[in-house]
Amino acid sequence: MNRIQAKLQEDKKLLSIYFTAGYPNLNDTVTTIENLEKNGVDMIEIGLPFSDPLADGPTIQASSTQALHNGMTSTVLFDQLKDIRKSVSIPLILMGYFNPMLQYGVEAFCKKCQEVGIDGLIIPDLPVEVYHEEYKAIFERYGLLNVFLITPQTSETRIRYMDSISDGFIYMVSSASTTGSQSGFGNTQTDYFKRIADLKLTNPQVIGFGISDHETFSQATQYAKGAIIGSAFINYVTAHGVDDLGAFTEPLLNG
Amino acid sequence: MSYHVNEKGYYGQFGGAFIPEMLYPNVEELRQKYLKVMAEPDFKKEFDQLLKDYVGRPTPLYFATRLSAKYNTKIYLKREDLCHTGAHKINNTIGQILMAKKLKKKRIIAETGAGQHGVATATVCALAGLECIVYMGEIDIARQAPNVARMKMLGAEVRPALSGSRTLKDATNEAIRDWINNPVDTHYIIGSAVGPHPYPDMVARFQSVVSEETKWQLKEVEGRENPDYVVACVGGGSNAAGAYYHYLNEPDVKLIAVEAAGKGIYTGESAATSVLGKEGVIHGSKTLLMQTTDGQITEPYSISAGLDYPGVGPMHAHLYETKRAEFISVTDDEAMTAGLELSQLEGIIPAIETSHALAIFEDKKFKPEDVVVISLSGRGDKDLNTYIDYFKL
Repeated sequence: MNRIQAKLQEDKKLLSIYFTAGYPNLNDTVTTIENLEKNGVDMIEIGLPFSDPLADGPTIQASSTQALHNGMTSTVLFDQLKDIRKSVSIPLILMGYFNPMLQYGVEAFCKKCQEVGIDGLIIPDLPVEVYHEEYKAIFERYGLLNVFLITPQTSETRIRYMDSISDGFIYMVSSASTTGSQSGFGNTQTDYFKRIADLKLTNPQVIGFGISDHETFSQATQYAKGAIIGSAFINYVTAHGVDDLGAFTEPLLNG
Repeated sequence: MSYHVNEKGYYGQFGGAFIPEMLYPNVEELRQKYLKVMAEPDFKKEFDQLLKDYVGRPTPLYFATRLSAKYNTKIYLKREDLCHTGAHKINNTIGQILMAKKLKKKRIIAETGAGQHGVATATVCALAGLECIVYMGEIDIARQAPNVARMKMLGAEVRPALSGSRTLKDATNEAIRDWINNPVDTHYIIGSAVGPHPYPDMVARFQSVVSEETKWQLKEVEGRENPDYVVACVGGGSNAAGAYYHYLNEPDVKLIAVEAAGKGIYTGESAATSVLGKEGVIHGSKTLLMQTTDGQITEPYSISAGLDYPGVGPMHAHLYETKRAEFISVTDDEAMTAGLELSQLEGIIPAIETSHALAIFEDKKFKPEDVVVISLSGRGDKDLNTYIDYFKL
């Protein structure tokens, strides 16, 4: 069983953290992952920076620009991660845009992911139909789960289609937005969370976009298996670096 | 072989809709409706009427006597520079604003580089009474002040793109983000033949009036609809898409696409995508684009802001790949010289984008009986400062 699938079976709400690889400093990647695990994080999304991240807001774009400036590339990242499985056992998901993956070669990229111990991929600009027709077989060959995003505008038919070809979790984007652009959840969002929960999908849901503190984390996980924090974490490491991540995760988990 | 888009939104291996799920409903709505809406009689009637009475179509197909004499061939200029707002861009924005109204959208967003598409969008928003927000790179805002003023005067809000390189590609990113954040009431008017399907095809269809007119105009003067060559400059590719459209499947018509070589193709300051680009995904489309080996999109350079785009529309990538069109690169210097030459031989000051298309005659030779149609895509008013600086006028 894939590490993500095993984690999803645990009887707890999952805290997942997104960070940009190579940020704030090029060699912070491994330290960030290790410290997040030590501080009780359940799952990590490692962001492979891209020059033109369409689905991201200013915080993640700025961190991506800095990471690229620091020298981060697909090759550098895989090299940094080559021994990660000696020290880290929680699920690791690579999140990146399609073009860098395409240039690396989709199959070579997937193979490399398997070698270093990546469990899944989130590629926001790889549409589900293209994945299904062209890449699903390759992902599966290398034991990688592909995570699909849904939004409040995604139709039920489409959600069920994604659910049918997914073996991990569904990433629920909390509202029509880019990353980092929300604060707090209103009724519209909780209604949407409820609506999706009531669909009783095969894949559990994890909510992302707009989760920044204990309150939003608790709200989201009332309706979903877990929640993902990105921009708020980037803001934290921008200010405090990656050595003491407990100061970020402790208030988040315990209020 | 077909050079038009297929059912799945591809031109050969290029095109598609590589968009985040957040954009899916917007793009899908457009995909399902655009052909149907464009075929509605009242839509066609209003579009044609506005092109005639508001834009000033048909634009002349002008036989350039002195230019033809100089290069010893028959050169016709398709005068898109005479369109309202000074370039072909308005053909597309008129079409898209009518589309937006049909889709009951209340708010229009657009990206712009030099400001021509921004002005064309602000213009049609004023015409339709719709809210207009134009994203423009912070650097472009500084260097294109007159067009920024025009957009403001037309009632548009110009929002600076502060991310990345703060130019056209970043303005496009910001417009896409706006659309993600406003999925229900907003229509995004893309200005070039780029972006996710159906945009490249929709833009090409709205621009296709250019070659539609060329056909009957040429028939009147030359007794034949088909020229030997159609020449157009290519940044994203909207004017070329329009100039080629009705000739794509006419094998006797040779197509020439002129790209900006900037300071020279291999100087690191160039926008010659067909030479320097590799297949990849930019702004929702699989096409040729300039990028690092790691797949990061690089910043192009051209003296002409309208050709300063790191990708090229998927239709053109396909025309390049299949060799249906010949791609030629022209440097800043060659383009500026050709712009000055047209001004003094024909009394027409062209946009610097267009000057690139005019520059091919120095190297490429034509037969005296060849009929060469050049898409004179825009006028040079907006570029006066660049011409002044370059020629020390």
